Amino acid sequence: MTDIAADPLEPSGTTLGPGSAEAVAAAARATPAQWRLLLRKPTFGVGAAIILFWVVCAIFGHQIAPYNPLAQQLLSANVGPSGAHWFGTDPLGRDVLSRVIVGARDILIITPLATILGTVLGTALGLAMGYVGGAFDLVAGRIVEAVLALPSFIIAFLFLVAVGPSTGSLIVVIGFVFTPLIARTVRAAVLTERHLDYLSAARLLGESPARVMFREILPNVLPAILVEFTVRLGYAVFTVATLSFLGFGVQPPTPDWGADIAADYIGLVSGYWWQTLFPALAIASLVIAVNLITDSIEQVLAA
Amino acid sequence: MSSLTSADASSPPSPPSELALSVSHMDVTYRVRGQDRLALRDVSFDIGRGESYGLVGESGSGKSTAALALVRYLPRNGRVSAGSVSINGLDPLSMGPAALRDLRARTVSMVYQEPGRALNPSLRVGRQIAEVFEIGGQSSGDAMASAEDMLRKVQISDPGRVMRRYPHELSGGMAQRALIAMALAVSPSLLILDEPTTALDATVEAEVLDLVAALRLEFQTSVLFISHNLAVIAKMCDRVGVLYAGELVEEGPAWEVFGQPRHPYTVGLLRCIPRRGQRKDSDRLDTIPGFLPSPGHAITGCVFAPRCALAADRCRASAPPFFAVSDVRTSRCYFHEKAPDLPRATPASIPSSGADGADGAGGANGAGGALVKVEELSKTFSGGVRALADVDLSIRRGETLGLVGESGSGKTTLARVLLGLTAPDHGSVVTLHGTPLSPDARRRPRSVLRALQIVFQNPDSALNRRHSVRALISRPLSRLAGLSGQALRDRLAELISSVRLEDRHLPLRPSQLSGGLKQRVAIARAFAGGPEVVVCDEPTSALDVSVQAAILNLLADLQIREQATYLFISHDLGLVRYLSDRIVVLYLGRVMEVGPSETVFAGPHHPYTEALFSAVPSLDGQRPSRIRLTGEIPSAANPPSGCVFHTRCPRRLPTGVCESTEPPLLEDEPGHLIRCHIPLSELRTIQRTESAPPAQEGYSAGG
Repeated sequence: MTDIAADPLEPSGTTLGPGSAEAVAAAARATPAQWRLLLRKPTFGVGAAIILFWVVCAIFGHQIAPYNPLAQQLLSANVGPSGAHWFGTDPLGRDVLSRVIVGARDILIITPLATILGTVLGTALGLAMGYVGGAFDLVAGRIVEAVLALPSFIIAFLFLVAVGPSTGSLIVVIGFVFTPLIARTVRAAVLTERHLDYLSAARLLGESPARVMFREILPNVLPAILVEFTVRLGYAVFTVATLSFLGFGVQPPTPDWGADIAADYIGLVSGYWWQTLFPALAIASLVIAVNLITDSIEQVLAA
Repeated sequence: MSSLTSADASSPPSPPSELALSVSHMDVTYRVRGQDRLALRDVSFDIGRGESYGLVGESGSGKSTAALALVRYLPRNGRVSAGSVSINGLDPLSMGPAALRDLRARTVSMVYQEPGRALNPSLRVGRQIAEVFEIGGQSSGDAMASAEDMLRKVQISDPGRVMRRYPHELSGGMAQRALIAMALAVSPSLLILDEPTTALDATVEAEVLDLVAALRLEFQTSVLFISHNLAVIAKMCDRVGVLYAGELVEEGPAWEVFGQPRHPYTVGLLRCIPRRGQRKDSDRLDTIPGFLPSPGHAITGCVFAPRCALAADRCRASAPPFFAVSDVRTSRCYFHEKAPDLPRATPASIPSSGADGADGAGGANGAGGALVKVEELSKTFSGGVRALADVDLSIRRGETLGLVGESGSGKTTLARVLLGLTAPDHGSVVTLHGTPLSPDARRRPRSVLRALQIVFQNPDSALNRRHSVRALISRPLSRLAGLSGQALRDRLAELISSVRLEDRHLPLRPSQLSGGLKQRVAIARAFAGGPEVVVCDEPTSALDVSVQAAILNLLADLQIREQATYLFISHDLGLVRYLSDRIVVLYLGRVMEVGPSETVFAGPHHPYTEALFSAVPSLDGQRPSRIRLTGEIPSAANPPSGCVFHTRCPRRLPTGVCESTEPPLLEDEPGHLIRCHIPLSELRTIQRTESAPPAQEGYSAGG
């Protein structure tokens, strides 16, 4: 009771908006017991530890890495894992371990920002579709379905070919590709709220649609959005890595897991498995970590 | 027959052969977050062969837990932690899985509250009932025949057709009858009914209760009947046990316990129910102060002591044993002799507010002018469902207009149309002060939004669960009353004290409040803008009896203080009678009867009103001679021709006029209108001669 009593009071009717800070704050306020439950879950702990490891790598990569990831040593090219090079070296003699560590940076910048962009846009669209309904829902719904019917990679390729690959354009394109998916989930969550009487009560107070959407409905659909966000985060890791692999992501010689796999997988034929395996393991560990967190959040919310 | 008839709690059990059920000193605990919580404490009762025993209690009293524990249906974290159970001489607590299955299949049957969820949705009804007979060893052909016989016994008129249906194609009453048929198919020695009619409408409930009573005699089955509704228990049971916070506090023959209760809790509970002659103008209902102790809370002394006006140091120090009140009655109270004189928790007098009080009385006398008028109001939903058909009515300033009808009668639709939440059909007119209102609340000016507010039925749905109490009440103060800053804080403080909330509730969220407190928040919200008309849509139907009384008192007090006009919607006639000045009876979206409250209760009645009155079980021992409705409420998408009530009307005229022509609204006395082909004088004569005036039966309970 005490932690709730100490709660800051809600401002009654000042600013409003889809500010995710407010939304996240609402989630944090409303479910202290659930947060405690979450922190106690071992799956959540493992997932969080893995992500924390990669975040440290992304921030301090150059300091941690045993070698300069760009330094070519052609004399020691294609050397297998050893004491000097734990993960071996690539065809240009660069240290694979160092490249994996430093390569975390771009994927860890692009993935969350793209997912946040997609979640914010998708939430706004989904709220509007679910709440406004009618013709707007019908038209927007068809557009969403049309976008979903196109393979998302085709959309991404077209966009990246047009504007050129960069960190910014990757964020925008992945965010945009995720928007309809998230909108659909949010719309479904809003529909379960729509018949509840608190919305009628809001109408009887003459509340504006924006206020109803963002102050009345949004806090109640936030758990669903949170789950959707973490699910999409996992997909985003995969998407970024795939786009890099196909050459639409981070450009060489900057270290990047997907790009490095693309550059070196030919070496598999010659038995240089370490050049591909370790970046691939890095991608897998990140995806698994995100999914572990997703699962534990879902379990806590369902409990 | 009777069990604990002495103060000695360890009285020897009766020989098992005489008892269908014997429970002795049973404790049930639930393990929640690593801690054991006692849900039932030292519960002992016996049910003799052919006897009907009622367990009555409010939510949280443990009555359903008791039923589940008897047949070991407790959830995984629950267990019987002490005591013993004997069903027909068998001990379910020590049985292996096979024996337990056999016990459940042959010896004990259960019927639950939600008939829709107790049937397998993918199997035809006939198949499901036949299955019970097949388990009993019949061939599948014989089983189908037996199922058909059984359905006929539960008064399903066309059993063959019902057997071919899927559960979702049955109405609630029909499904409950099918379940009773299944339960009785094995001729169980014990039938457990857990709130079997709570989800049903009053007229259907009356039919199902009659059926259970008749079948009980026919099958010689012992019955454990569990309900929160005191009147239903009084009607159905020979003996009754009153549960409070997991303890049995009083036990005895039903009519004696309800007639002369000897435990302060039972006394308090009965006083919470509006009785005949009690009206908001004359007196307030009594309440039970305080709250149910939270489950697992360590209790020393009497479990009811914290809420009891009679409690002395002795009560708080040691738990009272059972005292024999008579040779068939026990009460777990040191002061059981003084219990009937329990001091009132709430003064009976009406809080006066000077000259303003006269305004409320104005409506009762019919002197108030029409504040809200509804003319030719119709609402057709998609699929041709005509929820309202040409409704004309007015709500007068300062009155409470009671709106009565069963589910599907259009009560809630009418309220939503008034408020602008549902748009009526073209041509319908709703006026406030003579000014026509927009059908959409979003287009109504603030002054109109202010004037018309609502208290919804279910506070869980009506209050945004992510907002604090402060935000929930402050918002209308700023939106509708235009307050801000200190003025808002002052009015907020005034408002919460007038609905009897406290400052410490302000930062809480709805999930941290009890049902009654939540409804107080909803009432405060409705009154924040200074409304002229407040629609109360079944505001207490989700609440316990003791909480309901406090809410009704609050509504009555607020009406005087705020000079509010109410549209009070309820299916519970006792509540409507207590609060209403005038009453409107709806059936299939049509006004069947309208008039001043006491006139409507005194008669003559529309046959539908008469049936509604007859359907309400009474608590005072008088059993009304009643008319019963048969059949189900017709679909509003395809209403009957002529008088929409003719398909169920027991007074239908033989001339065929009821089937062909819609009757006019005839005026009996000024302001009392009845829509019926039978001349009102004749109606009065039939109702006088055939039955004791149902006006004598003002009791009802629960809701």
